[in-house]
Amino acid sequence: MATENLVYERPEAFTEMPTHYCPGCTHGVAHRLVAEVLEEMGVVNKTIGVAPVGCAVFAYNYFDTDFVEAPHGRAPAMATGIKRVLPDRVVFTYQGDGDLASIGMGEIVHAAARGENITVIFINNANYGMTGGQMAPTTLPGMKTTSSPNGRDVETQGYPIKMSEMLSTLEGTGYCVRRSLHDPKNIRLAKKAIRTAFETQVRGLGFAMVELLSTCPTNWGMTPVNSLKFVEEHMIPAFPLGDYKISDAIKQIKI
Amino acid sequence: MAVKGWIEVSDTYCKGCELCISACPQGVMELDMARLTPKGYHPAHTFKEGCTGCAICAIVCPDAAITVFRETTKAVPVPA
Repeated sequence: MATENLVYERPEAFTEMPTHYCPGCTHGVAHRLVAEVLEEMGVVNKTIGVAPVGCAVFAYNYFDTDFVEAPHGRAPAMATGIKRVLPDRVVFTYQGDGDLASIGMGEIVHAAARGENITVIFINNANYGMTGGQMAPTTLPGMKTTSSPNGRDVETQGYPIKMSEMLSTLEGTGYCVRRSLHDPKNIRLAKKAIRTAFETQVRGLGFAMVELLSTCPTNWGMTPVNSLKFVEEHMIPAFPLGDYKISDAIKQIKI
Repeated sequence: MAVKGWIEVSDTYCKGCELCISACPQGVMELDMARLTPKGYHPAHTFKEGCTGCAICAIVCPDAAITVFRETTKAVPVPA
């Protein structure tokens, strides 16, 4: 096919491996956006990714970059070490909500407080996807999961944790925004945010995190199309989209 | 005349999740119920004319299964 006709093709930063994600899971969209951004910035050959524990545990199979796999929640700590030893590399972590907001809460907060020059992609799908849909710190009040069969009761199980709001209060955080992956417009905005987060790191402007509202059709018990509607109708009111912290130096970045 | 485009859906990657079908602004996509991919999914395809090559299907595709092409309109050189 003539290349002048080409509008879009699979990013070259991907390997040929098909993903293991369930049909319609927006993990794939988030992977694709990261791959496209790395490709556009021309940093694929000097990128080191840090995979979490969770559905994205096999991310190293899909990106054509160097990758390491961190123990539960310890991706920011591992990324800190890599970035300090190899400061010329682009280091990013890709974490879910069970990994980042639950067991890895300590690591992410301290990495942000230290202003580690790393990029964090945070996938918020309101449950533990890989282990079978248990309640996560980000589960919505009243939402049914396998470990909260009557819905999350805020009297005994507390309220969802809003990571972007929380981390934006720390001095070391340079860039902290929340985006969603539920329609083409928001996917485009998410890509721009991911680009800015990587530019933040390349320029050494501090800790950058992009929180992406994502779906889990299998564990929510919905079709992929209905789970996008669930994100729009229920998750966005609970986790408002927006820019929580953009430091002045990052506002100057023109993409 | 509307711009003409076309897509190729990879059998290796398509999982038949239908996200492209609901996102397609022209409504020209559906699952191909006559075919199965090697993994056992009915892949998405265009079932009628009307694709403009806008690439919205590729933007929502979680598996990067769609390659999008668009007919190029070659500018006719204007004689001086």
